[in-house]
Amino acid sequence: MVRNLPTSIDETSELLGKADYLPDRRLATAVFLALSLGRPLLLEGEPGTGKTEVAKALASALGRRLLRLQCYEGLDLASAAYEWNYAGQLLEIRLAEASGVAQREQLARSLFDERFLIRRPLLQSIEPDPAGPPVLLIDELDRADEPFEAYLLELLSDFQITIPELGTRRALAPPIVILTSNRTREIHDAVKRRCIYHWVGFPDAARELQIVRRRVPGIEAALAARIVAFVHQLRELELFKQPGVAESIEWSRALAALDAVSLDPAMVDDTLGVVLKYQDDLERVRGAQVERILAGIDASTSEQAADA
Amino acid sequence: MHDRRFAGNVLRFARLLRDAGMPIGTDRILLGLQALKLAGLESREDFRGVLASCLLDRADQLDLFDEAFDRFWVTPDLLTLGGAARQVAEQTGSADPDDEFTPSANRRLAEAFAGLHGTERSAVTLERREAVLSASGQEALRQADFDSMSADEWREAHRLLTRWRLQLPRVPTRRLRASNRGHRPDWRRIAADAARRGGDFVHLARLQPGTRATPLVALIDVSGSMSRYSRMFLMFLHALASRERSTQVFLFGTRLTSVTRALRTRDPDMALRACAQLVPDWSGGTRIGECLHRFNLQWSRRVLGQNATVLLVTDGLERENTALLSFEAERLSKSCHRLVWLNPLLRYRGFEPRASGVRAILPHVDAHLPVHNLNSLDDLSRALGALGRHPRNASTSL
Repeated sequence: MVRNLPTSIDETSELLGKADYLPDRRLATAVFLALSLGRPLLLEGEPGTGKTEVAKALASALGRRLLRLQCYEGLDLASAAYEWNYAGQLLEIRLAEASGVAQREQLARSLFDERFLIRRPLLQSIEPDPAGPPVLLIDELDRADEPFEAYLLELLSDFQITIPELGTRRALAPPIVILTSNRTREIHDAVKRRCIYHWVGFPDAARELQIVRRRVPGIEAALAARIVAFVHQLRELELFKQPGVAESIEWSRALAALDAVSLDPAMVDDTLGVVLKYQDDLERVRGAQVERILAGIDASTSEQAADA
Repeated sequence: MHDRRFAGNVLRFARLLRDAGMPIGTDRILLGLQALKLAGLESREDFRGVLASCLLDRADQLDLFDEAFDRFWVTPDLLTLGGAARQVAEQTGSADPDDEFTPSANRRLAEAFAGLHGTERSAVTLERREAVLSASGQEALRQADFDSMSADEWREAHRLLTRWRLQLPRVPTRRLRASNRGHRPDWRRIAADAARRGGDFVHLARLQPGTRATPLVALIDVSGSMSRYSRMFLMFLHALASRERSTQVFLFGTRLTSVTRALRTRDPDMALRACAQLVPDWSGGTRIGECLHRFNLQWSRRVLGQNATVLLVTDGLERENTALLSFEAERLSKSCHRLVWLNPLLRYRGFEPRASGVRAILPHVDAHLPVHNLNSLDDLSRALGALGRHPRNASTSL
């Protein structure tokens, strides 16, 4: 099912919502602009705020193919863009020798031929696709090294890749490119300049509650509300690693799997490892702090009930 | 006659620039005069362009050059340039409070202008020059004026700076490069080579990992007891940051401030002034533990990736909360490749880590080095190079 690109910000919101992604207004705006201007979208933010999910949701909502390139230090052309099938080439050389057609130029031409070209995500992304241009997700770009960023410049501005032996390949219709970064280092200005930029922050409590209930359908409304309130309180503390939306969802799933009906101190203490991943943070929160937060939440909910 | 006075003025202008610290040889001046003959003097901007292209050889000299040009060639009509220098003499010689040169960003330019009129450098300046040379934290460098350096200080520092090369620890890259010695065959080159030779394998091309310098993150204490060292150290970091893009610099006293962007300004005077403007608590008190806490919380993940080496420049005299300091120093140490502590107190022979703040940091650092004069920076360079790829062991106090 191929859908057309959205024509307004509201449509963009709706589109992502169909794929169970609930963006806030600014993210929807950034996505809409990236789609309508044909620019790459650079998403930065804390881990677990749903940067990667944007690309997945877009691909499934638009019915496009998702090409994912996970970055790491030392990522090179051979794994990112294209590689020659060396084993096949060596075999071809032997065959040519055996059949005695070792014409040099002809051999060189037949060796660097489409047949021996292995296409990696970047090259695949600029090739025609019956379902429409694919969504190219370049994930955690900050993990790649600077030479790789420099290589990306040609792709991001002109949507073309130059293969010395074959010439320049150009996309007929540019792919939808989404780059994400956890900001473990600054992305080079030259890359940023070519992209639409959006900082993905933590959502407010109401939106986060919607997200949790959408992603964990079986969960009770009251429990979900308490979970979200608790996680929001945790973010107020000066923790080394603040829990993201992904942690809220994961915790909700964990508590649902444990058939928990309510959030009591013992249950929180037992499952806090799903939310906090640093020993120092765990030590700070466990015990007294958990009780204080839960008491605070109880107080505010009873207040609301009284108001109602 | 006109010509000779004009050439004299160009010469004086070039000498002025030289006094302000730019290395301009006589050959460049001759080239400039020749070029001016070719280009003509119709437009002031052309004139500026010709002089700049002939006299300068680095982009970071441009700001200073522009300022000097505007001050020196004050006559709008270039054909009567003979009068320019005289007017300059009047302008800078006067003690006119409206003289807009006084608040100039560049004291070394101001001093160069003063020198233009034959006034001897004052004894104070000479004294200060001695102070930089021995820079052993005696008394002289204590001046509160951070916003720009004097011409003498700057020249001396610059001379040493050009010799100073910080050897950052190097780590192997995961990206492979072509080499004759590596252990991995480079199939791409092998196949291309065989194709060229009609199918013969003659040479086995190989790959091996390269090395790269680890990024440097400097955390500099600018509290009252440290400010003179911090200023000197910042100057060196400015030179380093212009070469290594990955250098990050933070200043702290009672608060933590990132000055990386400010240090990117090309001219060292302007860069240091920009830093001073960013820091609200220069020469104030110190809360090391609290600032390290801020750093760990807000910055460590952003700047300590890629195996960064951290230089912590402080005297470690924390009085408030040493438990926090110890905790945060440990966290910092665990999140970086190497933690090097530069401590000016180490210049005293027989320094013993008795202060509680010092004892809180010391167990967590990879090296503890003095930083009080330019020689100690040489030692730092050597120590960093040696830290390199060796496995990390318990703290070594050098």
